[in-house]
Amino acid sequence: MNPSPPAASPLDELPRVRRDLLPLALIPVIALLGVPLVGSFSTWVTLTFAGLAMGMIIFIIASGLTLVFGLMDVLNFGHGVFITLGAFLATAILGPLAGWTTSERILLNLGAVLVAMVAAMILVGLVGFLFERAIIRPVYGQPLKQIMITMGGMIVGEELIKVVWGPQAIPLLLPAGFRGSILMGEAAVEKYRLVAVVIGLIVFAAMFWVLSRTKVGLLIRAGVQDREMVECLGYRIKRLFIGVFVAGSALAGLGGVLWGLFQQSVVPQMGGAITVLLFIVIIIGGMGSVGGCFIGSLLVGLVANYAGFLAPKVALFSNILLMVIVLLWRPEGLFSVGKQ
Amino acid sequence: MFSRLLSGDLPRSRMLTLLLLGVLAALAFAPFLFPGAKALNVAAKICIFIVLVASFDLLLGYTGIVSFAHTMFFGIGAYGVAIAITRLGPTWAGVAAGTGCALLVSLLLSLLIGLFSLRVKALFYAMITLAVATAFMTLASQLSDFTGGEDGLSFKVPELLSAAFSLREAPFLGVSLNGKLLSYYLVFTATGLLFLLMLRIVNSPFGRVLQAIRENAFRAEALGYRIVVYRTLSNVLSALFATLAGVLLALWLRYNGPDTSLSFEIMIDILLMVVIGGMGTLYGGVLGASLFIVTQNYLQDLMKLASVAATPIPFLRDLVHPDRWLLWLGILFIVSIYRFPFGIVGKLRLKARPPA
Amino acid sequence: MSEPLLQLQGVHTHIGAYHILQGVDLEVPPGEFTILLGRNGAGKTTTLRTVMGIWSASEGSIRFEGQEIGNLGTPDIAQRGIAYVPENMGIFADLTVHENFVLAARGAKRSADMDPKRLAWVFELFPALRKFWQHPAGLLSGGQKQMLAVARAIVEPRKLLLVDEPSKGLAPSIIQNMVQAFRELKRTDTTILLVEQNFNFARQLGDRVAVMDGGRIVHTGTMASLAGDEALQQRLLGLSLASHQ
Repeated sequence: MNPSPPAASPLDELPRVRRDLLPLALIPVIALLGVPLVGSFSTWVTLTFAGLAMGMIIFIIASGLTLVFGLMDVLNFGHGVFITLGAFLATAILGPLAGWTTSERILLNLGAVLVAMVAAMILVGLVGFLFERAIIRPVYGQPLKQIMITMGGMIVGEELIKVVWGPQAIPLLLPAGFRGSILMGEAAVEKYRLVAVVIGLIVFAAMFWVLSRTKVGLLIRAGVQDREMVECLGYRIKRLFIGVFVAGSALAGLGGVLWGLFQQSVVPQMGGAITVLLFIVIIIGGMGSVGGCFIGSLLVGLVANYAGFLAPKVALFSNILLMVIVLLWRPEGLFSVGKQ
Repeated sequence: MFSRLLSGDLPRSRMLTLLLLGVLAALAFAPFLFPGAKALNVAAKICIFIVLVASFDLLLGYTGIVSFAHTMFFGIGAYGVAIAITRLGPTWAGVAAGTGCALLVSLLLSLLIGLFSLRVKALFYAMITLAVATAFMTLASQLSDFTGGEDGLSFKVPELLSAAFSLREAPFLGVSLNGKLLSYYLVFTATGLLFLLMLRIVNSPFGRVLQAIRENAFRAEALGYRIVVYRTLSNVLSALFATLAGVLLALWLRYNGPDTSLSFEIMIDILLMVVIGGMGTLYGGVLGASLFIVTQNYLQDLMKLASVAATPIPFLRDLVHPDRWLLWLGILFIVSIYRFPFGIVGKLRLKARPPA
Repeated sequence: MSEPLLQLQGVHTHIGAYHILQGVDLEVPPGEFTILLGRNGAGKTTTLRTVMGIWSASEGSIRFEGQEIGNLGTPDIAQRGIAYVPENMGIFADLTVHENFVLAARGAKRSADMDPKRLAWVFELFPALRKFWQHPAGLLSGGQKQMLAVARAIVEPRKLLLVDEPSKGLAPSIIQNMVQAFRELKRTDTTILLVEQNFNFARQLGDRVAVMDGGRIVHTGTMASLAGDEALQQRLLGLSLASHQ
């Protein structure tokens, strides 16, 4: 061996902490781009809030999907059924609570929605647990079967919802206090959209806290990168995965309640209809990345609303167009998860 | 001679042979065996879906790729004929032009999708095709000047195939020999030819390479096969056959719209037919399509009876409600994937061969 | 001779269609530093991964502290006190050095729960890690990542360390740093099974040596006798060099 004298010891070089914040800037950039395009400022405010509200709800629904994929390479094509179930549960729960929802007192309104959200989360989480056991567990590591069987789960789930609630649309009315708009300057912003934005922010903050400040969160983030190593450190990743799957289902149920209230009516096909949008969001964000999913959701929400106002025919393609542009810029999505 | 016709790929199970012969006989003599417009419609639909499902199997069963854009190509075929005839009039030239254009569009589109996205993992391919198919369906329903939008296009077919055309005045064996009957036999013959052609493809050296890739992509690549090329070719072939199935559909229905050929429900139906019939065996497509469509059309009648019988039991009554037939097929689908991953055909062949 | 801490008997491992381990017999005595040598593809890495339960043995027995572990899952094997440093180091690149430590310390819910004395000792072995405590591990250099990987394995006391090619791709000065760290570890009576191709690195550390070829152990003995016997080296490692080409 002929050891050449090493150059400056690498131990002394301090690597700079680089945080990739560029994608984060996309949201204000798109929002600001919207101002001249939309023309009227008050319309822009209305549209922006609508976009943010839609984005937040999509984020709540899609976050579980992307985490489940990141952790176990499982893409649940049946995720939509949890949304539908959440929304139908909302009709079932808010119906008997009509006394609260029609009350003039905003606290009772809020209470009714909270009860619906919590109950939907618990029940859908439970269904998610059974879904994982019966549908997903037997086909780990077999992507072909996984795609088909989760699709099968979706078909059966949707049909079962029709068995219980019937095939027709059911109206889901907003509680009295959430109806109508408030004026911000000249812009009218629907109250419920503000509520949705606030709930979305709370969920995002809670998720951020869990992922960055708790050991379970550390394990999830580590598992997304290298699940084999997590097991070698002595943790049972399957158990972690079930936990994440159940939490993801519960969030989809919560998203279903919010989405149902947003649309003010629920149909058995609503979950399936939104699935493509969810895929677009998690592809844009980078499969497995919660932060990317958040940004992707807001982008999709904003672009859909601006495009819907500017050119309704193009609006239907705006999301796919957005995905193509993002993928041309970053082929792995906004935040690629460094898989080993 | 018979074996050569089937490209040496025999059913390899007596039960399966009997079933296939049964389906063949039923379809061949459908107008005479099952009188009535509904029955003939069911038979024609079975024929068309045999081609469609077998072409999907080319992709799923033989190449191991899940695509959700298969109905897109089906729709392109149907729209091709519908648009061409609407513009050029109900002539054979119109049909030919529509078919040609549709095949060309499908060829380019499938080539494009294949080359761009077949390098990625199965999951991404499934997601991307789902997005593309959704976009295409939106496009079809938006371009209403061209496609008739949500309402679709109704059109006349060449005179030979129209109900007004009559081969001979007197009915033959109680069936009037009109254009509708000719239409049916056109569909039936085309189905037979296309099916035999696909059988030939999967049993050719090309088909063997596809199966080698499905079994072990890594090894096939090591043996010097360009996986992307083979996968793309299989994608294109599958798209072209689906397009032809779409052409048959349009000719049979004299109508096409987003819900008849493009909808996601049809995509799900195809998936169910392939899996229940048996992936990786074109014969599975025949059984899957026949079983599914017969079920779709007649299970409901059976369930109506059950539903009436179960009227006193509220939940059960809803479970066997005729509109819930898809629930039961969905459950059968899931069970199929677990219990007999090669479907009915796989099960029958396994039975025919005593365990070694 | 005391009972071996880890004992493999007739272990066969298949990966897909390939038969990689073809009857491995190996004993790792407690408190000693055993080196597993052999050419590329001899089955060294597979042996470690089979012990960890990442790949399961199709035949044979693996005993740890006298108990069969061949049928356990990876997390259970790890919980018995075996730590593994894989060839690719298995660093969680998006997590900070600190977070990597917290995960490795199974008993700790937060960094505050980690034993400060032990932590100080680890920092003494690998000072760079203290310096980059709050940096994402992905930004570390190759050598620092290797240090982090080893540090994770020892942040809590473990009975057996399995280390896969720690010298791979490292600059000579860093290799020396690594040798020092392993010598220090040896003093704490930790049992180590280390896979290595770099004989110069290995001879500075090993008490015992086992040489693999073709999925089997073809030689076992003390490091001293192998280091002193050039003919044997020639036969075992020269042979491996020849078949390597």
